[in-house]
Amino acid sequence: MRIRTLSVALVLAAVATTASAQSVDLTGAGATFPYPIYSKWFSDYAAKARVRINYQSIGSGGGIRQLSEETVDFGASDAPMSDAELAKAKGGKVLHFPMVLGAVVLTYNLPDVQKTLKLSGAVLGEIFLGRITKWNDPRIAALNAGVNLPTKDILVVHRSDGSGTSYIFTDYLTAVSPAWAGGPGKGKEVQWPVGLGGKGNEGVAGQVRQIAGAVGYVELAYARQNKLAYAELQNASGVFVAPTIEAITEAAASVAKKLEKDTDYRVSIVNAPGKKAYPISSFTWLLVYEKMTDAGKARKLADFIKYALKDGQKSAPTLDYAPLPGNVVKQLEQRAAALTSGR
Amino acid sequence: MASTSLHGASVGDRIFRLATTAFALSIPLLLVLLAIDVAAAAWPALKTFGVAFLTSSRWDAVDGVFGAAPAIYGTIVSSVLALLIATPLAVGVAIFLSEFAPAWLRQPVAFLVDLLAAIPSVVYGLWGIFVLVPFLRERVMPLLADRLHLGGTPLFSGPAYGPSMLAAAVILAIMVLPYISSVTREVLMAVPRSQREAALALGATRWEMIWGAVLPYASSGVLGSIILGLGRALGETMAVTMVIGNRHEISSSLFAPGYTMASLIANEFSEATNDLHLSALMAVGAVLLAITLVVNVLARWLVWRVQRQGQA
Repeated sequence: MRIRTLSVALVLAAVATTASAQSVDLTGAGATFPYPIYSKWFSDYAAKARVRINYQSIGSGGGIRQLSEETVDFGASDAPMSDAELAKAKGGKVLHFPMVLGAVVLTYNLPDVQKTLKLSGAVLGEIFLGRITKWNDPRIAALNAGVNLPTKDILVVHRSDGSGTSYIFTDYLTAVSPAWAGGPGKGKEVQWPVGLGGKGNEGVAGQVRQIAGAVGYVELAYARQNKLAYAELQNASGVFVAPTIEAITEAAASVAKKLEKDTDYRVSIVNAPGKKAYPISSFTWLLVYEKMTDAGKARKLADFIKYALKDGQKSAPTLDYAPLPGNVVKQLEQRAAALTSGR
Repeated sequence: MASTSLHGASVGDRIFRLATTAFALSIPLLLVLLAIDVAAAAWPALKTFGVAFLTSSRWDAVDGVFGAAPAIYGTIVSSVLALLIATPLAVGVAIFLSEFAPAWLRQPVAFLVDLLAAIPSVVYGLWGIFVLVPFLRERVMPLLADRLHLGGTPLFSGPAYGPSMLAAAVILAIMVLPYISSVTREVLMAVPRSQREAALALGATRWEMIWGAVLPYASSGVLGSIILGLGRALGETMAVTMVIGNRHEISSSLFAPGYTMASLIANEFSEATNDLHLSALMAVGAVLLAITLVVNVLARWLVWRVQRQGQA
């Protein structure tokens, strides 16, 4: 409890200092992964609608904690809230609004391999469990016909800090590898069977870049902006797919087709069924109370969400995020409209 | 007359005295409150896992099982190793600066050494990732393992990936060096001239003078400076996190990755949402606090003993 009060006090202080500089209409806190696109939306929206939004990218965990304590108007997370977390939220029912899509890619360092590496979920599971230890293992070679794979040892690099990126990646491994599901499982921090831990995307990418034979996972946006090599993955339909913007949107679309009408959108889209779907894709969510205390704030937040779902999606690809598929956007717009009620 | 003037000043005196007493007491009070707060937050985890929290190597946030042994081991090993590397260097620098360096060289070198302490820890970390770790991997580790044939010994076995206990110790050594060296230099400068002159008058060489007359005289201060360095090394977070490899495993090899308590807290705190996980991280903080306190008490006692021996 004391830690919570302390962190709450710290953030209040931070909010107070920024608030005194310019009046802020809405405050939010949470995930770092969508921060680049969120901050673009916030600044575009401030120019357009004169609504100022202050967002602290303190991590998904912190965002959920602060939303539960009602110290912010909205939260943001890369992993959906668990039932236990939802039950602890002080302001009542929390809605999950997917805002945009991201992906996690496998980056590797094989200086002598020119062709893009192909990997499958089963093989990835074995690599990260430490059961495939050499690059020329027959199971990797079977996926990469005609590629001269080195005899090098595989060095696994993972995130050492708790992160949504780890959550998405381990969520995928849990979906495709029964041994992983029964072992480390999924989470923002898991007990990694093998490998080195790097802090942040840059920590993982830095080690992969330096050590020949290394493989690690990073966000797509980070990999593209830093021109890292990344693998094509075999999806649930058996097709090898590169992590393109279209392939990520397709993953969400193929999952959304099968959702119930009243879904709460706390759904994983890893290992999606679509033929062209990239398998390690994920929503990133805005967390909002269904009934906010302040009707004015509820209306402003609803308007912002509608803006982000419509105009905001267009700027997603420029920052290497994938826009939501049309069928999802339509349903979310209706839900945002219902937010205005107030409490 | 004297009593009235004293009386006249006494109101101001009393306020001054009260104020300074309050300032002085506020620091221990803050420490006590901090310790109580940390201990209270750590209690659920300590109660759940008991001694296993200190002895188990399993840190699994998914299943909610926490054992901090690798982090405790890593903190102590990396810090002690850092001191082993830094102390001879730092004391050597201090002796050179106080005894041998020509006046024109003394100030610039002292300034540059002190400047090491002003570099932010994250900058050390970046330098560690891009310069130190590749250097260790490509030069030092092959030298130790292959050229010197130490690869078969448990200390230097296993694959040399770079991020490792050794890298953490080296970066810590560089970070604590200025603390040890500048305090030691001041202590050596404070050794009275008569001490040196007496030794020289007895026919001692310069080397004998330093070894036999100056260092023993200054030993409690030098010891104090080393402890100051140790305190810094125990708590260092950012730079270590960036080069140690962050692995929950106790390995005898210095080439293997490890973990420290401070890195563990820094890595996981922001994303820890469930109560037991948070409590486990606070428990790690409590253990770190306890170790730091023990080290400092031990240091006080050592310094006190050395001082008493010096007087006898």
